[in-house]
Amino acid sequence: MLGHPWSLGIFGILAVLLVWQLIAGSGLVDKLFLPSPEAVVKAGSDQYARGILIKDLVASVGRVGAGFALSALVSLPIGIAMGCSRVICQLLEPLIGLIRYMPAPAFIPLLIIYFGLGEEPKVLLIFIGTVFFNTLMIMDAVKFVPSELRETALTLGGKGFQIVTQVVAPYIAPQVIDAYRINMASAWNLVIVAELVAANEGLGKRISLAQRFLRTDEIFVGLIVIGLIGLAIDLGFRLLMRRACAWAN
Amino acid sequence: MHLSISGVSKSFGDGSRAKLVLDDINFELDSGEFVALVGSSGSGKSTVMRLIAGLERPSSGTITVDGNPVRGPGSDRGMVFQKYSLYPWLSAADNVAFGMRLQGRSRSEVRERTGYFLEVVGLQDAANRLPRELSGGMQQRVAIARALAADPKVLLLDEPFGALDLQIRESMQEFLFLLWERTGLTALLITHDIEEALLLAQRVHIMAPRPGRIVRTVEGELDRSNLSHLRVSTPFLELREELAQQLRSLDGTLV
Repeated sequence: MLGHPWSLGIFGILAVLLVWQLIAGSGLVDKLFLPSPEAVVKAGSDQYARGILIKDLVASVGRVGAGFALSALVSLPIGIAMGCSRVICQLLEPLIGLIRYMPAPAFIPLLIIYFGLGEEPKVLLIFIGTVFFNTLMIMDAVKFVPSELRETALTLGGKGFQIVTQVVAPYIAPQVIDAYRINMASAWNLVIVAELVAANEGLGKRISLAQRFLRTDEIFVGLIVIGLIGLAIDLGFRLLMRRACAWAN
Repeated sequence: MHLSISGVSKSFGDGSRAKLVLDDINFELDSGEFVALVGSSGSGKSTVMRLIAGLERPSSGTITVDGNPVRGPGSDRGMVFQKYSLYPWLSAADNVAFGMRLQGRSRSEVRERTGYFLEVVGLQDAANRLPRELSGGMQQRVAIARALAADPKVLLLDEPFGALDLQIRESMQEFLFLLWERTGLTALLITHDIEEALLLAQRVHIMAPRPGRIVRTVEGELDRSNLSHLRVSTPFLELREELAQQLRSLDGTLV
């Protein structure tokens, strides 16, 4: 039991739950500030029963999915081009280096002015907040492709574009998946921020509504659900890596 | 096939900071020959190979294959690097097939030649293994099979056994020699190991460093019917020692 790599981690989580239960049960802290675990589970099952939880989940996951898919699709060719070509790298790196230090949430007012309060500004916020990091991480991965691998392909008769598709792309696949996994965390941060500002539904919206009515139990539900989805996505990427890039393990 | 290197020099850097790494290199290589370039590190021997492969351009002089100047890398000059050149995501068989697929050969031809060349290097049983599951010596045999399968006119070997343990290195040398005898390939071997060069090559060019240049050419007229016997025979050891001393003195006077 203790030998399993997850057993200590699960123990850590259980310990926190136990401390939470003890503090909440002792009556030392006002229920309004710290709801008991049972109250949180009840608030969660209420939301689920009323269909709100699934609706919020679909809305938030949809925004993250759309924004991040766009970011992944755009960053891959640009990152590879920057990694392969010194000219393209010198052209774009300062620009991307500059924009990436502008905090993505600071774009929200501009996006609302341009696109209103619909889905576009939220999806674009996630796109803006992740595309530059994805691009730079992919560029770095390309730069670390061993020169022997490219040169071998050249001496076997490979031409420019073949080197990209047959050597560079397969070699960087594990790092690309890892870059996506890491930057997915920012996508989740951003969707919640966007929903706190303006949205009709979504996990972030639910949290900000709960705050208005002092429903700390619902805030807890939101936080825990966001954490669980994040963990699930992270594990999904790890599984994809293990399946698709068995050679790199 | 006739490979000709004539008056080739190479400098890295520009203007006053330019550093001459190769100075007036001349030699020839004909079909079926096995020639070695021997020198210590800094003698520019790897640069000679990269120039022939077309991965670098000479600063002056010309390199021609059958009279055609080398303008860039191409499958007529196959190359085997010292290490890390197998594609880690491809099995041994797919690595061997890699060049043929780049060349757009038909599926059946790729399959047939892959099988044949895996057998030539004695790795038919390891066809489905990934590079990381192969020993260093096996990896280099896959790299040689991959280069040969692309049907080069000349095989360029850049310290192919330099990263291997001594025991494995000796068996790989015998493997390469038998391969040369059996297939009649044309090979240019780069090595810092005088013994390796003398064992395998009919002609050995000795290179001196700073700037890299050929200082002596030895035509090895040795009896190669038994390599492990040759390794310890008196004429071989004497020649080896003489060349070793020459290399040491070349290094010593310039350090």
